[in-house]
Amino acid sequence: MSHYDLIVVGAGIVGASCADEATAAGLRVAIVEPGPIGGGATACGMGHLVAMDDDPAELALARYSLRRWEDHADLAEAEFSRCGTLWVARNETEAAGIAQRVARLEASGGEAEAVDAQALYRLEPALAPGLCGGMLAPREAVVYPPRVALHLVRRARQRGASLYAGRAVRRLGRATVTLDDGTVLAGPTLVATGCALPELLPQLPLRPRKGHLLITDRYPGLLHHQVLELGYASSAHGTAGSSVAFNVQPRPTGQILIGSSREFDVTDPAVSGPMLQRMLQRAFDFMPALRGLQAIRAWTGFRPTTPDGRPYLGAVPDSTDLWVAAGHEGLGVTTALGSARLMLDLLQGRPPAIDPAPYAPARALA
Amino acid sequence: MTERYDVLVVGAGPARVAAARAAASHGARVGLLDAQARHGGQVWRHDVLHGTPRPARIAFDLLARTRGHVEWLPQHQVISADHRTLLVETPRAAVRLSCGSMVLATGARELLLPFPGWTLPGVTGAGGIQALAKQGWPVRGKRVVVAGSGPLLLAAAATLRRHGARVLGICEQAPAAAVAAFAMQLWRWPARAVQAAVLRTRLAGIPYRCGSFVRMAHGRDALCGVDVDDPHGPLHIPCDLLAVGYGLVPNVELASMLGCALDHTRIHPCVRVDTLLRTSTANVYAAGESCGIAGLAAARIEGSMAGHAAAGFPAAATALLPSRQRARRFADLLAQHFALDARTRTLAGADTIICRCEDVTLAALDGFTDARAARLATRCGMGACQGRICGTTLAELDRFPHGGTRPPLFPARLATLATGDPSTP
Ligand SMILES: Cc1cc2nc3c(=O)[nH]c(=O)nc-3n(C[C@H](O)[C@H](O)[C@H](O)COP(=O)(O)OP(=O)(O)OC[C@H]3O[C@@H](n4cnc5c(N)ncnc54)[C@H](O)[C@@H]3O)c2cc1C
Ligand SMILES: Cc1cc2nc3c(=O)[nH]c(=O)nc-3n(C[C@H](O)[C@H](O)[C@H](O)COP(=O)(O)OP(=O)(O)OC[C@H]3O[C@@H](n4cnc5c(N)ncnc54)[C@H](O)[C@@H]3O)c2cc1C
Repeated sequence: MSHYDLIVVGAGIVGASCADEATAAGLRVAIVEPGPIGGGATACGMGHLVAMDDDPAELALARYSLRRWEDHADLAEAEFSRCGTLWVARNETEAAGIAQRVARLEASGGEAEAVDAQALYRLEPALAPGLCGGMLAPREAVVYPPRVALHLVRRARQRGASLYAGRAVRRLGRATVTLDDGTVLAGPTLVATGCALPELLPQLPLRPRKGHLLITDRYPGLLHHQVLELGYASSAHGTAGSSVAFNVQPRPTGQILIGSSREFDVTDPAVSGPMLQRMLQRAFDFMPALRGLQAIRAWTGFRPTTPDGRPYLGAVPDSTDLWVAAGHEGLGVTTALGSARLMLDLLQGRPPAIDPAPYAPARALA
Repeated sequence: MTERYDVLVVGAGPARVAAARAAASHGARVGLLDAQARHGGQVWRHDVLHGTPRPARIAFDLLARTRGHVEWLPQHQVISADHRTLLVETPRAAVRLSCGSMVLATGARELLLPFPGWTLPGVTGAGGIQALAKQGWPVRGKRVVVAGSGPLLLAAAATLRRHGARVLGICEQAPAAAVAAFAMQLWRWPARAVQAAVLRTRLAGIPYRCGSFVRMAHGRDALCGVDVDDPHGPLHIPCDLLAVGYGLVPNVELASMLGCALDHTRIHPCVRVDTLLRTSTANVYAAGESCGIAGLAAARIEGSMAGHAAAGFPAAATALLPSRQRARRFADLLAQHFALDARTRTLAGADTIICRCEDVTLAALDGFTDARAARLATRCGMGACQGRICGTTLAELDRFPHGGTRPPLFPARLATLATGDPSTP
């Protein structure tokens, strides 16, 4: 039986970040991943690094994490592109909320500014007429998450981590795990299996939340910022069975990545025609020029969603040496690096830089 | 709005014309979808100088007489499919078509194998340039080398010559003995033997080199010559165009999107069908090259069979079974005698581009054993062709085949994908 200081189960962006942090701290690490590195939700998302201000705990984790992302700004694999985030207001009610949002983002240490309608169209001339201004977060960026995960795992391996590739964890024991080929590994275990969390830790409620995305051919210069409707937060954080929101991103390739939809209670990964239609119609409402662009591929992904929308970060209650980092919903790329730092602090008994209480897994059992 | 048909025939080849006719002969309302502006598909493509081939004209005339039931829908590109509803793009609009049953006759595409220089302007597919020439693309006076494998090279060379190209030679990778053995068997298919004789006279004077293949194409901004490996020693042939095709690969993407099981016994999957040409998806039939490369004769017979069966007349389909088997045997003969020489799969160098959409080299793909991991890490297969070309190539190179299909089947306007059926929420 091989012994490790930490066994990381799952190599999505979250597991990869944890393995990277742990090896940087000098731990002997094993990584177990059945599929391609970063091939789960991490391969399906938009890779937008964004701070959302509606939940103070999530904002704190995002801000903490966004600072860590700056370390990767020059990493070729990250395809880091500082396009900024432009939130658009459809009406005066949405516009009226902007001042407060700017204040909250700035209070958290970020940069944000209100833009009037005129400035909005200067920033993004292709937006539909009649919008009421918006808010710009100029330092936010987009990355390409699967290659970042691959980079982090490679770096961890260079520091001595063992990768059990093509292997899944079947069973958790007392500070041991059993793999699907019967191999047993011993050591403190960190479960970062995203949507598959209930298979190993059924006591922690988590639901997959399906999303659709679509990418176009190359149209450099048409779109400059990641542009979202201010109503996005109510789609993301609402509990509606299904919702869509306008969310478009300029890829460094000149392609445009279009989102986004949210659906509970669907497990089929097929692209749904009606959902795609709804999502695209929403996008056309805000940016009619999209109608004529050529689509290359549409796909779906599943966001690991906890009942309160916050990830589980910390010790699994009533167990020894068992830890969890999963349930990041639609923000797990943004918050992965901060989550990993927080986990290492907890694992090594240091007080974390941000309050860990809002993410404690015990809250789910209370 | 969704337009409804009894039978929808989706296709690119002669199989679909036969299918439409057979289905219509039973009184079914048939929709015949074609991505092209004209009938004919690859083999029967209309020629700007020489018109439509005679057998094709006859088939279309017969089809015209059943017009009452067959609605021809040109320039209709299938973008996605769900149950028995197709989302279709035309040059100006998007439509949804639904049906009681469907015949897939999606044909085949050319197999291209990478070699240094294969991405130079001037290097084209053999079938590809044949089609271009028929559409009026100028080849007059151009020096052309035709290379690859199979009888289609002869057809390509003949078309190019008819359009005024100077065909400098045909490089057939199969060894002379295999080609001779194939020719010896042709008497069993008299129509094929006649075809071959006609081609031979049309190609008189053009060297036909067996056991030879293009190893490298030269040129800075465009092709200026090729290096050929020939049993009699290496050759350098200066030329303006290289038309190269190593055979055909079934188009299975639409079938796959409809949930039809694929047959993976060969390198490239084909649609799995039973003796009545039923796929594993209820009321979806497949005919012609998409269920295994078999050529024109088999495609026409299978088209008829599928058409009859799709219209609800399986007995009429069963009656054609013996001729189908005979035609399929011809395909086996082809596959056997024109099997690819292992050397043709080892020509690409480390810096040869494999994914032409995203400029991914062979070396960049080293170490990957899975198409998805390779795609995520290198962008291989992420471009406009969605892995149709590089996936086929990589399967042939014994790396990894490309995965499933996501919509759209072909690049399509966003407005098309947003076209809904008001009756579904
Ligand atoms: C930032 C970013 C940029 C991207 N840019 C591009 C791009 O430019 N071009 C591009 O092509 N892709 C792009 N992708 C998407 C990528 O290629 C994959 O589509 C994505 O990782 C999701 O994987 P998938 O579900 O399509 O699975 P795949 O990797 O495709 O593997 C699963 C396969 O199974 C099939 N499948 C699974 N479930 C079903 C089902 N229920 N019905 C039918 N088929 C099914 C799919 O067809 C799929 O092919 C990008 C991804 C990201 C994160
Ligand atoms: C459509 C969509 C858009 C998104 N957009 C964004 C965005 O713009 N910005 C952002 O920050 N976030 C975004 N997200 C969210 C983000 O992608 C996820 O929160 C994040 O990728 C979750 O990472 P993960 O490592 O927890 O999960 P995953 O990436 O799913 O990784 C889990 C890994 O665990 C492995 N695993 C499963 N079971 C086992 C087992 N038994 N043993 C070993 N390994 C196992 C899996 O194979 C997988 O690789 C989006 C998500 C979706 C679906």
